[in-house]
Amino acid sequence: MSSLKKLTKKQLFLPIFSMILVMLINVVYDIACGNAPLSFFEIAIKNGALYGRLVDVLNRGSEVAILAIGMTLVVSSSAGTDISVGSVMSLSGGFCCMLLAGYGVARANSYALPLWVGLLGGLLIACVCGLFNGFLVAYLNIQPMVATLILWSAGRAIGLLLCNSQIVYVRVPSFQVFGSYVGILPTPILIAAVCIVIAALVLRFTALGTFIQSVGINKKAARISGFNSSKIILITYVICGLCAGIAGLTATSRIYSADTNNIGLNMELDAILSVALGGNSLGGGKFNLAGSLIGAYTIQAITTTMYALGISSAQAPVFKAIVVILIVVLQAEPVKDYFKKLSAKKAVKEAKAA
Amino acid sequence: MLRKKLSVLLATAMVAAAVVGCGGADQAAAPAAEAPAAEAPAEDAAPADDAAAEDAAADDGAEAPAASGDVITVGYAQVGHESDWRTANTQNYQDVFSAENGYELSLIDCDNDNAVQLEAVRNFITQQLDYIIIAPIETAGWDTVLQEAQDAGIPVIIADREIDAGADMYDAWVGTNTKNEGITAGNWLAEYLNGEEANILVIEGSVGASATLGRSEGFNEVAAQHSEWKILDSQSGDFTQDGGQEVMESFIKSYEGQFNVVVCHNDNEAYGAMDAMKAAGITYGVDGDVIIISFDATHDGLQYTLDGAINCNVECNPIQAAVVAEVIQKMHNGEDYEATTLVNDEAFVAPGIESQYATTMTEEILAGRAY
Repeated sequence: MSSLKKLTKKQLFLPIFSMILVMLINVVYDIACGNAPLSFFEIAIKNGALYGRLVDVLNRGSEVAILAIGMTLVVSSSAGTDISVGSVMSLSGGFCCMLLAGYGVARANSYALPLWVGLLGGLLIACVCGLFNGFLVAYLNIQPMVATLILWSAGRAIGLLLCNSQIVYVRVPSFQVFGSYVGILPTPILIAAVCIVIAALVLRFTALGTFIQSVGINKKAARISGFNSSKIILITYVICGLCAGIAGLTATSRIYSADTNNIGLNMELDAILSVALGGNSLGGGKFNLAGSLIGAYTIQAITTTMYALGISSAQAPVFKAIVVILIVVLQAEPVKDYFKKLSAKKAVKEAKAA
Repeated sequence: MLRKKLSVLLATAMVAAAVVGCGGADQAAAPAAEAPAAEAPAEDAAPADDAAAEDAAADDGAEAPAASGDVITVGYAQVGHESDWRTANTQNYQDVFSAENGYELSLIDCDNDNAVQLEAVRNFITQQLDYIIIAPIETAGWDTVLQEAQDAGIPVIIADREIDAGADMYDAWVGTNTKNEGITAGNWLAEYLNGEEANILVIEGSVGASATLGRSEGFNEVAAQHSEWKILDSQSGDFTQDGGQEVMESFIKSYEGQFNVVVCHNDNEAYGAMDAMKAAGITYGVDGDVIIISFDATHDGLQYTLDGAINCNVECNPIQAAVVAEVIQKMHNGEDYEATTLVNDEAFVAPGIESQYATTMTEEILAGRAY
């Protein structure tokens, strides 16, 4: 009993609980339809690749998970959100494809420049975007949402400009690797895993995590204690930009084209939502990266569930909204307090009975 | 002091960013877009509406183009540039409504944003252009702005898609009938299957788009006549390749080995669906297990049709500007014009398939396509 209580008090309990709840919807549905109850969780190897709905969740959730890393740090350090990440994704993909195909070319069957130049260019432009956002927020003290609003609208537009308003296809097999498979594993899963491991190691073995949290909790106090607060905020925005770049290139490679109109569309909202679903406060300060990642995969699990259930596309947003509301309400402080009180009352009753 | 300097600097940067942003959105716009509409022709030849004459009267000595003597100003609120089809459509308008042909085209690319499009049309009204062409992003919510155009006496032509407004709210409609496209696809499938069973999966376009509604309606109408057909599921892929791929990945898991027809509402979705099937080891196309039907017939889409990967590709003709120009010329000369004009659509099938509803693809057809 006491171990269960300890478990429920952990910060990650509710995010994980929510994710399991979402997946349980599938189990209920499968039982109701007479399918194998655990068909959602089945993983097989088919046609030389991992195959199954769980694989889909991990695969399709990669971009949001990568974005969630950067977004968590930005939220923690600056108590604000970077709403430009979706646009930056599109810009970095567009720039990469433009480099690889050549300006004004809509279909390329061979590289105009080496692959690494394109990838590096895409990541670099994303970092520059992060630098721009970070400079506005850290050194000019502009509200994060306002500062990142500039690239939110301009980023995608610049991407379109670079691609000459076309969908630029790069039909070269080596470019498609990042969005398809290495061996049996979908590459996006691998990319996300590498990003997560690097982020976790850096946060664990360097003081960066502590710095970010202290700046987020009290910028002035952190500065007086000897941290260069502005620089730390700047760094988080650059990391966020880099994450957007990686996510953008992954999404671009999936469809081997720079569909600048649609890549990363509204994904900034998913990234912010995953930070919130992970039990992190959007007011900055302490953060839990694992929570955000669980949040990201929960969002994808909802989408995959909707497809699995065959909910009609017109009703899908409503379904998603209901699930999100339930999860958020479940994690709201007053609701938590209510459950705490309830269990306390129960404990008192039990004590009396004893 | 420093802060002041910085704020000036920032303001400049923001303006620059905004200009770049606008440049991106309006990139496709003709250079003439910035020229004020005040350059209305001095001697406007019998305009269809009295208000247009007022335009000419209000025009206080702006330089009238000497050579042609009669430039028609046209505003086109384009949907965006979400697909190859749309790019071809924009290009076509720019070619037809050129300065050589006696037009001055203001083309606003609305980036799939309904609010931007309403604003663009309002701008056209303020600029007092002679004619307004709208390719509506959404079907609903047009009454107010159309009323404004009517009050200003500017004829409005709805192009390409349909809107929910009384026919008296606008002057003419030019476009393709997406329902007919769906019927063509259905008829072809019936002919091809010749009474065999069909288990159909549909990857729809964006929810609520008239192309989605029309294509579904037309195809379902044919499907309803065939008891041996069953539509297993229908989900939206948002007209994108990524959306098509994600939906197909899920379909494959839900209906493993149960389907033999996939209908995609545009070519981009079909590319995604094919990638998803390839990854799962499902064969498609002429030599495969699954029949693929797609719409739009863009250049790449037809290449896939020629290669036998897409069985049937129903065209939605983006070359519409000439028909619109014809209507505008008739309005301008005060002649009678058709209130609705249909642009011809064709369907194309992969080599080796003969059909009374569609043309069999060849290299020559692909090479001869305008887009």
